Amino acid sequence: MAFKEYRLGSAMVGGSLGLSMIITIFLPSFDLRSAVSTKVALEKQLSAGFDVGFGYADPLLLGINRPITVVLEADPKTGAKFDPPVTAYVYQSGVPMPPNVRHPNDLGKGVQDLSEGLGQIGGVSGSNHSVGQKEGVVFTIGLGEFDGEEVSYIENATATRGWVPEATLAAAGDKNTFKISQGKTEFVVQGCWWCHTLLPEQTQDWQVFGAPPYLGDFNGENPTAFGSDRKAPDLLHVGTRNSSREWMLLHFFNPRLVQVNSIMPRFDYLWGEKDAQGNVIDYDKWRAEYLEYASGKRVYPPEVPDYAPDSEIRALIDWVLSLK
Amino acid sequence: MLLKYLTGKNEDIPAGSSAIFFGFSSIFWFVVGTGLGSFNAAKLAFPDFVTGTELFAFGHMRQVHVLAVIVGWISMAFAMTMMYMTPALGNTKLWSEKLGLWTGMMWNIGLSTALLSLWIGITSGREYSDFAWPLDLVILLGVITPLCVNVIMTIAHRRTQGIYITNWFFGSCTFMVGIVLLVGNSPEYFHLTGLSEAYLTWWNAHNLLGLWITPVAAAIAYYTIPKLTGNPLYSHRIGHMHFWSIIVFYSTPASHHIMSSPIPEWLKSFASVEGVLILIPAVAFVANILLTMKGKWTLFVENIETKFSMTGVLLAIPLNMQGGFQQTRSINWYIHGTGWIVAHAHLALLGMSTFLEIAAVYFGLQQMLKRKVYSLALANIHYWFVLIGFCIYWISMTIAGLIQGAGKIYEVPYIDVVIAEHPYMIARWVGGTMVFTGNLVWLFNMWMTARAGTVLPEGRYAHELAYER
Repeated sequence: MAFKEYRLGSAMVGGSLGLSMIITIFLPSFDLRSAVSTKVALEKQLSAGFDVGFGYADPLLLGINRPITVVLEADPKTGAKFDPPVTAYVYQSGVPMPPNVRHPNDLGKGVQDLSEGLGQIGGVSGSNHSVGQKEGVVFTIGLGEFDGEEVSYIENATATRGWVPEATLAAAGDKNTFKISQGKTEFVVQGCWWCHTLLPEQTQDWQVFGAPPYLGDFNGENPTAFGSDRKAPDLLHVGTRNSSREWMLLHFFNPRLVQVNSIMPRFDYLWGEKDAQGNVIDYDKWRAEYLEYASGKRVYPPEVPDYAPDSEIRALIDWVLSLK
Repeated sequence: MLLKYLTGKNEDIPAGSSAIFFGFSSIFWFVVGTGLGSFNAAKLAFPDFVTGTELFAFGHMRQVHVLAVIVGWISMAFAMTMMYMTPALGNTKLWSEKLGLWTGMMWNIGLSTALLSLWIGITSGREYSDFAWPLDLVILLGVITPLCVNVIMTIAHRRTQGIYITNWFFGSCTFMVGIVLLVGNSPEYFHLTGLSEAYLTWWNAHNLLGLWITPVAAAIAYYTIPKLTGNPLYSHRIGHMHFWSIIVFYSTPASHHIMSSPIPEWLKSFASVEGVLILIPAVAFVANILLTMKGKWTLFVENIETKFSMTGVLLAIPLNMQGGFQQTRSINWYIHGTGWIVAHAHLALLGMSTFLEIAAVYFGLQQMLKRKVYSLALANIHYWFVLIGFCIYWISMTIAGLIQGAGKIYEVPYIDVVIAEHPYMIARWVGGTMVFTGNLVWLFNMWMTARAGTVLPEGRYAHELAYER
């Protein structure tokens, strides 16, 4: 064994793999990290929160410890009317802070400066994020100017306006409350993304599904869940194509009520046991009646039950309709 | 008996025990994985098939099928071949049979846990690394690392001067797949977000295929074909060209999976060019094996292991021609995200890779059990069911993908695409079900081989003996 070919070989394997990783991971990381958050990115990460996949705060992905998005028609503290209404993101006690409040340098130039300056997110960022997590914080998106350009930034409304989570939720009321974070978790857990992509392609299909996203549209999003195997329409801008909650209701309960040729599964199980009025939903009866309708023995399909406010389907529809 | 070996002394464990354990585990997971595939395909063809329960919804089962096949069948079959080929090529024994058995044990337990948790919805939401990251670490530290140690230590303790090309692949691929899993899952434990997360997800997915599934499958053929035909490998030097060009070219084009996202343009162009260069290892491999077959093509008909092996090698030709070109921008914009890609993925995993592994598992199990395969008739049924089922699947999904691509660029309302695809979805289900049925036959055949196969005379290879049934 005079010629130790394996020594040279091992070094070469390590060297080539290392070089390949420098080119494909280290170099692109400069480009990817220089992305400046757009307003879309701020909306997405504030409404989704720290994590919509597996994480410490919600290891079983039940939709607990999530931020809640509210639309405020009046200031929860002073009572002054807002026109147009203001969207606020309520992080109650125990909810993990959004990714780029923890790591503001990922927001990108300008957005970081304004968020830490005007937005006062410094108090809850970095190693201090547990402070905000303990007491709860309300965020909004502010609009400021940086280097002569309009820039959206994260505003800690608890610090700047004195809004506290409970009062903000109470001021909004259930009608203006949207469980977007829990809804995106449903999108991931129920595997919607195995068929519906979140990425209109940069080639042709944006003419149907809307504009392809920009570089800075993803900062702070985790997981991005683009999807790779499209068997159904892209959903990135679905809220602008179809904003009807009633249509969503029918379509999720049984897609073939509104589109006979759909191959989407029924998501009636997301309604849970009881409907909005607290009555037990009789799925067997519904399915039997639907079969009669499908085979022509009934003129109208059975009535789709209204969902309870704390049902999973409510969160999912909240999220889908937030995709503008 | 397994328990006795797991707690006993390494010296007391008969050579080949871990290969047998891995072999039967991999066939079991293959049956599970293809069964799930067939079930999922039925749901795509008939959406009201088993409806209204969360656990049996398509979105809960699709990823279980994918990972059962990749981590259960393909990777365990790889481990099985490493357990018997690496020592055979080094003219030595496996470094530690006991570690091998423990790896297999950890693998089955870890994978079952991970798949169950994924099934009930505990997921990271990242394709091909769907498991929650603590389970990814269990697989990395409890399964891949001990496998890597065992393989590399066996190579280090070899009693031959050189290292045969198969062992170059085995040693470096088990090491590299560990690095890929470690780095590829970093978005989860370091909580990277946004495009970095998306890009690393596909870096991980691409390199699992590029540095693990395709090269190890090819390495298996470098062993089985010369062994079965009795011809020496046509050129060990071309084999090395394959090996080095895999490492240099195949580890780089990860971003061609997200060509339509706003990642840096230079990265997309780089990936496109590097992607075409994948043809170099591909042509080297196929040519090398075809030239090794010279004068022995009758075995393609007569010998079941050669039949499986060569089918895998021949399927590598369309696989690489697709793979080399479909990721260039001019083709990718048409077929990205369509059924074409699904067909291509099945061509790689169920076509090329699986056929090579089936051959190696047949060959290795007979050798380790020291028994001739129970029934040639059943083996042939297995072959034709898997091949015809796969072809139905591949052709129907390719057509469906072209329909989707046309629908995409001509702005056809999406529901019309769904209607047009329906016949091909039914064909896909038929094909998948045939593969599943074939694998049930295989499991029975190998079980009967272990119990009732003719015992091999000392020092003989199974393929040297005549078939009896």
